[in-house]
Amino acid sequence: MFEMAKELLKQLFRKPFTNRFPSKHVPKSTTKLLKNVKEGMAKVNRPVPIPEGFRGKIAYDKEKCIGCKLCIKVCPANCYDFLEKERKVKYHLSRCTFCAQCVDVCPVNALTSTKEFLLSDYKTH
Amino acid sequence: MNSGKIIEKKYRERKPDKPVKKKRDRKSYSLSIGPIHPALKEPVRFDLKIEGEKVVNVDFELSQVHRGIEWAGTRRNPVQIIYLAERICGICNICHSACFCIAVENIAGIGVPARAHYIRTIYGELERMHSHILWAGVAAHELGFDSVMYYTWKVREKVMDVMEALAGNRITKGIMMIGGVRRDIKEKQVPMLKEALEYYKKGFGKLGDIFLKDPVIKSRTVDTGILSKQDGLALCAVGPTARASGIKKDVRQDAAYAAYSDLDVKAITPKNLLGEVKGDVFDRIVVRLLEVKQSVEIIEECLKQMPKGKIVYEEKIPKLLAELRSVEGDGIGRIEAPRGEVIHYVKLVGEESPFCWKVRAPTYNNLLPWGPMLMGEQVADVPIIAASTDPCMSCTNRAVVTDGNNEEVLDNEAMRRLSVEKTNALKRRVGR
Repeated sequence: MFEMAKELLKQLFRKPFTNRFPSKHVPKSTTKLLKNVKEGMAKVNRPVPIPEGFRGKIAYDKEKCIGCKLCIKVCPANCYDFLEKERKVKYHLSRCTFCAQCVDVCPVNALTSTKEFLLSDYKTH
Repeated sequence: MNSGKIIEKKYRERKPDKPVKKKRDRKSYSLSIGPIHPALKEPVRFDLKIEGEKVVNVDFELSQVHRGIEWAGTRRNPVQIIYLAERICGICNICHSACFCIAVENIAGIGVPARAHYIRTIYGELERMHSHILWAGVAAHELGFDSVMYYTWKVREKVMDVMEALAGNRITKGIMMIGGVRRDIKEKQVPMLKEALEYYKKGFGKLGDIFLKDPVIKSRTVDTGILSKQDGLALCAVGPTARASGIKKDVRQDAAYAAYSDLDVKAITPKNLLGEVKGDVFDRIVVRLLEVKQSVEIIEECLKQMPKGKIVYEEKIPKLLAELRSVEGDGIGRIEAPRGEVIHYVKLVGEESPFCWKVRAPTYNNLLPWGPMLMGEQVADVPIIAASTDPCMSCTNRAVVTDGNNEEVLDNEAMRRLSVEKTNALKRRVGR
């Protein structure tokens, strides 16, 4: 275990490898903290940059949609419901697997991948 | 009251049984591990017969996690199935989706562009690196070296970041498409990939030192869980499990797919490093670590040779689906996954969805070799031997030891404690 012991001793003097939370403790007021950060009075750990082409939550532009149903055809998780009256689709985030196949297939770019990934919430609707 | 008296009388009248002394020179216990067990990762129930600490007979039950993925596949079109195939195994997601794509391409006679072949190869090797490093961490955890586990997983994080930057997703990358791949590797992404490869070249030596030079890991793994070459061949072991027993079996070498025909890939056996083949757990560690090194070399070679051009046969998916709808026939896809050979069988009958889809994952083949591996070993070695074939995941484990009326529950923690105790005892013996 000599090799590992060396590595562990080195690790003692290094920063933790994990991505850290913005601040050590939960601030009493988030807006105040953000204000302080702007003025340079407080410091927060910047979030890790999201790579280009990240497949986050899918944004749906209802105006652009022409109701061609291609997204319904390729979606592996049956995320999309077709609204007969409006000839538009309804996107169910809870079923989405973020494969972004619908983004590729959409002929009018009504669907786009956003960088949003913090999607868990207490509100279910 | 009356009835009570009668019972009392009856009880008194009964002649006491003579204590029969059964002469048994052997006392074998039955030890049941699973179906759900963290060391096993995949729900499978072991029924071990043990004498003291020694395992004398091995039996196991399968089929506790039938999810009906193949059934679900026959109700979807081929493009939807790619993403379903990815979810067969989180760690081997590239191989399953690529394997399905190859099977469908074989049926429809779709030609894949050369650049797509190379991109598939690069993703396959990145996945192999991440899977093998992850396994090394799990093996260290089973031996009781948790700090080694955290260290190896820290090393693994780099390849995960690279995959996220290349594909957009960390685990289920959704990169395969029938007739090619969905996303190109852009020029500006190449330096990042090369930097990661340099990191692994540098870090590999250290990882190798930690795993291969440590006397305690050596004494825990050398000569444990031996799978002889004959047994390996007879029981159809695949992947690193077979190669660690000296069987030169590798789909990349035997039936080259994607860009492997342009690359010189040779099956790695422990002979390359140690000079001899034992087929024990240590050999399996050696093979996997050498394969990480091999993967780095393959990716470098791919980046050098990669031609420019199209990345997919048909960009318009409705057109592709229409073409697949008119095809009839059956095809097989074979791919070397991190754990061994994956086979997908697909039958198309000119309909929207395939008539039949069958998947044979490598773990299925690597289960039977558990028999000869576990025979004659100690109970404390069961987790590391079971983990040494890298069985696919699903957790929380408990075992019940039954000795007539006495029941003792050995949960995962207890099993691991046994393993850790053995390591500590060895440490004392080795003098560290």
